[in-house]
Amino acid sequence: MSRTLRLGVLTLLVILGFALSLAAGKQWLPWGSDAATAIFVELRLPRALLGLLLGALLGLNGAVLQGFLRNPLADPAVVGVSSCAAFGAVAAILYAGASSLGVFAAAMVAALGAMALLVALTWRNADAVTFVLAGTILSSLAGALTAFLIAIAPNPYAVAGVIDWLMGALTDRGLADLARAAPFLIGGGVALARVGPALDALTLGEDAARSLGVRIGRVQALVVLGTGLGVGAGVAATGVIGFVGLIVPHVLRPLFGHRPSALLLPSALGGAALVLIADSLCRLAPGAGEIRLGVAMAMIGAPFFLGLLLRRRARAWI
Amino acid sequence: MDLIARHLSVTLGQRTVLTHVDVTLRPGRVTVILGPNGAGKSSLLKALAGLIVPATGSVLLAGQGVATLPDRERARRVGYLPQDAAVHWNVTAREVVALGRVPYRTPFAGPSPEDHARIEAALIATETVALAERGIADLSGGERARVLLARVLAGRPDWLLADEPLASLDPAHQIDILDRLRGVAQAGSGVVLVLHDLAQAARIADDVLLLQHGRVIAAGETAGVLTPEHVAAVFDVRVATLPGSAMMVPIGRIAR
Repeated sequence: MSRTLRLGVLTLLVILGFALSLAAGKQWLPWGSDAATAIFVELRLPRALLGLLLGALLGLNGAVLQGFLRNPLADPAVVGVSSCAAFGAVAAILYAGASSLGVFAAAMVAALGAMALLVALTWRNADAVTFVLAGTILSSLAGALTAFLIAIAPNPYAVAGVIDWLMGALTDRGLADLARAAPFLIGGGVALARVGPALDALTLGEDAARSLGVRIGRVQALVVLGTGLGVGAGVAATGVIGFVGLIVPHVLRPLFGHRPSALLLPSALGGAALVLIADSLCRLAPGAGEIRLGVAMAMIGAPFFLGLLLRRRARAWI
Repeated sequence: MDLIARHLSVTLGQRTVLTHVDVTLRPGRVTVILGPNGAGKSSLLKALAGLIVPATGSVLLAGQGVATLPDRERARRVGYLPQDAAVHWNVTAREVVALGRVPYRTPFAGPSPEDHARIEAALIATETVALAERGIADLSGGERARVLLARVLAGRPDWLLADEPLASLDPAHQIDILDRLRGVAQAGSGVVLVLHDLAQAARIADDVLLLQHGRVIAAGETAGVLTPEHVAAVFDVRVATLPGSAMMVPIGRIAR
């Protein structure tokens, strides 16, 4: 099967996922009445579009980070952006009243602040190990601060809201959420998509890549900017949805080859399809409410990690 | 186009690894940088490739500072083969060779017909056509060394700088790689190699640059530089020379 055909299949999956996301719910395929049209236009459509953009960004970001760090286990969590954005959002929910614009802005500021810190920590020493170490520090710090904020929270009801929010979901996201997040998701995606050829050169190591004219500092700046904008906006709009960036490039690598730039477009499509389909299935689960998408992804992701571990033991390349 | 180091000093952190290196390298010849471990060979090669900004002095290519050339321009003229032969993903041999064309590629565009032609020519020149579609991790050390050499050749650089290209190769593959590098020099490019094997150095070098403690001890044509006296002074070893050739073999250590 050629690359074009495989891309076609992935695109078809995205279209199916999008259609499913529009149609699926407690009210199956609303159409006809005024109320149904309102559900369709004001709830289902923005939710599906947000899922499409967010999934594509998360898949692309995972592929870029794995290529940049030359580490098959890298994902947005590794550079600390998700936890820092979550910390910003939690601070806003607990202490600044939980207007959705306020939460979004706080999460975005925290994500970009974290990325600025990451750049400062890795300045003039842009190798992969330093980068991961700095990201781990940021991630742990943000996690600890978030727990601290929750512990000293004045309002127990707000804490319940925070816990709910930390496990991200696309539930009830409307046009306003989409309009706020979309420019950042798209801008982040464009920054990330530009580094493809540089990631290919980095497979030979940093010295060889530099000898091929790759400016590592510029590549790092694009990766950090794209991750901060894209993943930051994703967390700001929906909460933390993990594992997409880790799983998708792995599933696609055997189908599209190991070359990092050849994985970027497939990973974006695969991420979109995964989030759209998973979000639709969350809605169809029995019971009065929905399963949180973040919970569902973690339930898929943890066994996937185990599978990776077992395969890694079995052969050199995963 | 000569590659010239002028009053070149390099520091890594607090440590000075090269001190006032003055040397002129000529195209069409194979120059071998020799010296004991820690003499500054790899640092000199990286500085010549424009990958290290010198503390003082400069490296000039056709009168221009290599480290200040635009990155793509420098990458087109100077090819660099690092000592580290690791490839981080199991990409195919052809994809590795195609990386040699990165300085000629534009974002979001596929390879041009010229890129394809150069990649094919590099595969043919290194006899790796049959390996082209195999994963780099599935190749033997000798095959991988040829593929990595093809990667540099695909860029058609004016200068080819290689750090220990014979490391971990058996004698047959060492001779094989050296012969191909000789071919590159004969085609008109400048070839600069860091080697640690005196016999192989004597075999391939037109010119030799002897380094010790970051300083040039001797430089020039092989016969004048690679003498038992120089080798004894720099490496602390006695050598036996093979009659009728420049080849030499270390046979004992000189106590200091």
